Amino acid sequence: MKFTKLTLAAICALIAAAAMADKKASETSPSEDLSVYRDYFAKRFPGVPLNEFGNGVYSIDRVSRDSWEAIEEFPPYEPMIEAGEAFWNQKFANGKSLGSCFDGNPAQRTNYPHWNAERKMVMTLPLAINECLIANGETALNYKKGKIADVLAYMSYESRGQKINVEVPDDPDALAAYSAGKSFYFARRGQLNFSCAQCHMESAGMYVRTDILSPAVGHASGWPVYRSKWGELGTLHRRFSGCNKQVRAKPFAAQSEQYRNLEYFLTHMSNGIEYNGPSARK
Amino acid sequence: MRNTARWATMAAALAIAIVGSGLPLAAIAADTDAVAFGKQVAFDRKKGNCLACHVMDDGESPGNIGPPLIAMKARFPDRARLRAQVWDAQVANPGTRMPPFGKHQALSEKEIDAIVDYLYTL
Ligand code: HEC
Ligand code: HEC
Repeated sequence: MKFTKLTLAAICALIAAAAMADKKASETSPSEDLSVYRDYFAKRFPGVPLNEFGNGVYSIDRVSRDSWEAIEEFPPYEPMIEAGEAFWNQKFANGKSLGSCFDGNPAQRTNYPHWNAERKMVMTLPLAINECLIANGETALNYKKGKIADVLAYMSYESRGQKINVEVPDDPDALAAYSAGKSFYFARRGQLNFSCAQCHMESAGMYVRTDILSPAVGHASGWPVYRSKWGELGTLHRRFSGCNKQVRAKPFAAQSEQYRNLEYFLTHMSNGIEYNGPSARK
Repeated sequence: MRNTARWATMAAALAIAIVGSGLPLAAIAADTDAVAFGKQVAFDRKKGNCLACHVMDDGESPGNIGPPLIAMKARFPDRARLRAQVWDAQVANPGTRMPPFGKHQALSEKEIDAIVDYLYTL
């Protein structure tokens, strides 16, 4: 795997991405990264308030915005929220239910992802849900779609308005996980040789065929997402996998260490934006 | 947001300047079969998919991450340089967003030759 050498590209106005991807950037702190990153998008899309980026491409594209707003009036994901609520309330064979692992409160979005110091790993909400099921003798769910997306839709809906606030503690292992996510983000990969940043930072607002590339800030807020293309709900890691395949790179498994670290970095970069999932996309 | 128009105007101005200066615009008729093959490979989403990023020829719904591919002969008189751009754009620009079609074997050498023939008709 090659890492982007964006230092030269800095000359072509890529200052933010370069500053972050630069070798030395692994030494910059998460909070320094966050301000560079936010600044980049604020300059790139002047007049778009920070929280608005939680709406993906519709934060910057007036044309598709109108039809998207109409879709959100009668959201296609509504039945899934209900199915998720039923799943949340459903009793396990042992008489308990999912709530027993989450203090009985479905509004958990803001608590994930977080660093688990004991286990030295990034904990995500889907992972916590499956661990709860397994601990109670139930079967784990598929991480990309279906029931897990339903229950995430319900929990996210109940969490709407909570602010993203991912803290990276001053712990070398936590920082290493964060850095791994960041390197993943800036590394070119696949036969087409693209990094996430080259599409969602450098080319944000530009067209790939008829798709406008969404800005990366806010990318972690609206999950799970109902995509018309999927015709169903999907999780964030399903999207990671799709974006990896798009450049003909081998995707990692949903909830693999690589994707959890990526989620950790990406969500930190969306700090301050409200969770607004589930949402609808093209 | 779309900077296509700006690029197009620039390139058009360039093309006019060149016509005006009396330089021959049309390439020496390349093998038409190769040109047709080159166009097919360039447009194929599973092959070149150049339209994802470039306005070119009569291609539908092009992207705009790269500049419009027009007046190629005039702007790239050196065939080797044009071929190198398609083979591995990172050599000329390390930060490029154009995929290294030859280096990563996304396209065969023969397909790249045909694409270059085709580019010279634009
Ligand atoms: C070749 C360009 C390309 C690359 C590289 C790429 N993506 Fe994407 N990505 C897209 C397109 C196109 C879409 C759909 C339109 C949009 O929302 O940007 C998308 C959508 C997304 C979305 C959903 C945004 C939303 O609001 O629904 C996320 C999240 C995302 N990408 C993350 C990533 C990550 C992480 C990587 C690196 C592993 C990556 N992408 C690499 C092209 C790319
Ligand atoms: C993912 C986007 C992308 C794709 C796909 C792509 N290019 Fe490019 N291309 C670019 C960018 C960006 C540039 C600007 C120069 C640079 O950064 O290398 C460029 C530049 C060029 C140039 C130089 C143009 C000039 O005016 O200087 C040529 C020629 C070219 N591309 C041909 C192709 C061909 C042929 C294909 C298909 C086989 C293709 N490109 C596919 C992004 C792309």
